[in-house]
Amino acid sequence: MPPRIAQIRLVSSHPQVYEPCDDSYALVDALLADRTKLLEHHPTICMEVGCGSGYVITSLALILGSEARNAYYFATDVNPYAATVTRETLEAHGVHAELVTTNIASGLEKRLSGLVDVMVVNPPYVPTPDEEVGSLGLSSAWAGGENGRNVIDKILPVADNLLSDKGWLYMLFLAENDPLQICLQMRDKGYGAKIVVQRSTEEETLHVIKFWRDPDIQMEGNEANLTPKTAPQRGLEFLLSHISRLSFRERQ
Amino acid sequence: MRLLTHNMLSSNIKGVINGFPLLIQAERVVEKQVDFNPDFLKNMFSKIDWKALADASKTMGYDELPDEVPDPSVLDSQEFLQKFHHALLELHLEEGALVCPETGRRFPVNKGIPNMLLHEDEV
Ligand SMILES: C[S@@+](CC[C@H](N)C(=O)[O-])C[C@H]1O[C@@H](n2cnc3c(N)ncnc32)[C@H](O)[C@@H]1O
Repeated sequence: MPPRIAQIRLVSSHPQVYEPCDDSYALVDALLADRTKLLEHHPTICMEVGCGSGYVITSLALILGSEARNAYYFATDVNPYAATVTRETLEAHGVHAELVTTNIASGLEKRLSGLVDVMVVNPPYVPTPDEEVGSLGLSSAWAGGENGRNVIDKILPVADNLLSDKGWLYMLFLAENDPLQICLQMRDKGYGAKIVVQRSTEEETLHVIKFWRDPDIQMEGNEANLTPKTAPQRGLEFLLSHISRLSFRERQ
Repeated sequence: MRLLTHNMLSSNIKGVINGFPLLIQAERVVEKQVDFNPDFLKNMFSKIDWKALADASKTMGYDELPDEVPDPSVLDSQEFLQKFHHALLELHLEEGALVCPETGRRFPVNKGIPNMLLHEDEV
């Protein structure tokens, strides 16, 4: 029997809450693809930032299921309606997550610092004028400001603070967000990166990228360019060639 | 909101130094049964601020936890684990508020969801 994920007919909704879309499905597909690894990871605290309808956090709780006996779920959203809708979606599937209405993880950052083993984020990623970011109403669910990076760039340092030593971050990006640059930036903070899912529709190219703290990268410091190539570097090169191939295909 | 979550929340208002623990104003507390999992409890024990949990649990009407941080050897006691389990996971604050210990600012809790959003002049 394939692992269960949230069923659309059981996902609750509200006119001001983002409904599951291609991006949501891509993120859940990434979690499904990594299911075995996630179970072997034995996560305790798992967290979603920007839970919207609850489709993703509910799916994560179902995918890990009772096999991840010690997994405990938190989900946040800046939109109070989203937290309520997520609660309904979780209950309809018989799973539980603790919900907090907040900006990213504000209020949780101090005490949960270094404790989050799995973090998942489908951020507002659409390039828009900066003024649209964080406005009231549904547009704040997707409005990402210049290059769609406004909220993404605020979430990444929070993730860095929250993730445990073994923590993994699964985050969804649009090609226009310049995921390559994001991976390089995360690399400077000591993170390895890998594309778990990539998907192109007529309108958009989506990547789900997984980040993890890679001790080898941290050791290299700034002289990385001079030292012989290590495995993580090769991994990054692979990733880079992958992304440039994708954008190459797009240009054709 | 479970008390585990309360234990992980602190006041995020700009300038607040000691925003933990938030005081609980309970209007409606509900109890929901959760599967007992000793491994999880043993894992969480080191991450929990004991005093905050014991006080919060008292405010929610459950007075069975010791005030002082127990010695980790209590984790072998089934009786202790049951109480820890009940306080940490089964008591829910459904309606009420969390209050910043330093400024007195109330963060409302509705339908079991704390709202930690700040006003512009608080960030
Ligand atoms: C693209 S939607 C994703 C919703 C859901 N996770 C899904 O995949 O279907 C982005 C979500 O992030 C929330 N959001 C936007 N800015 C946020 C912030 N600063 N902190 C927390 N959540 C935020 C939005 O309200 C919205 O629900």
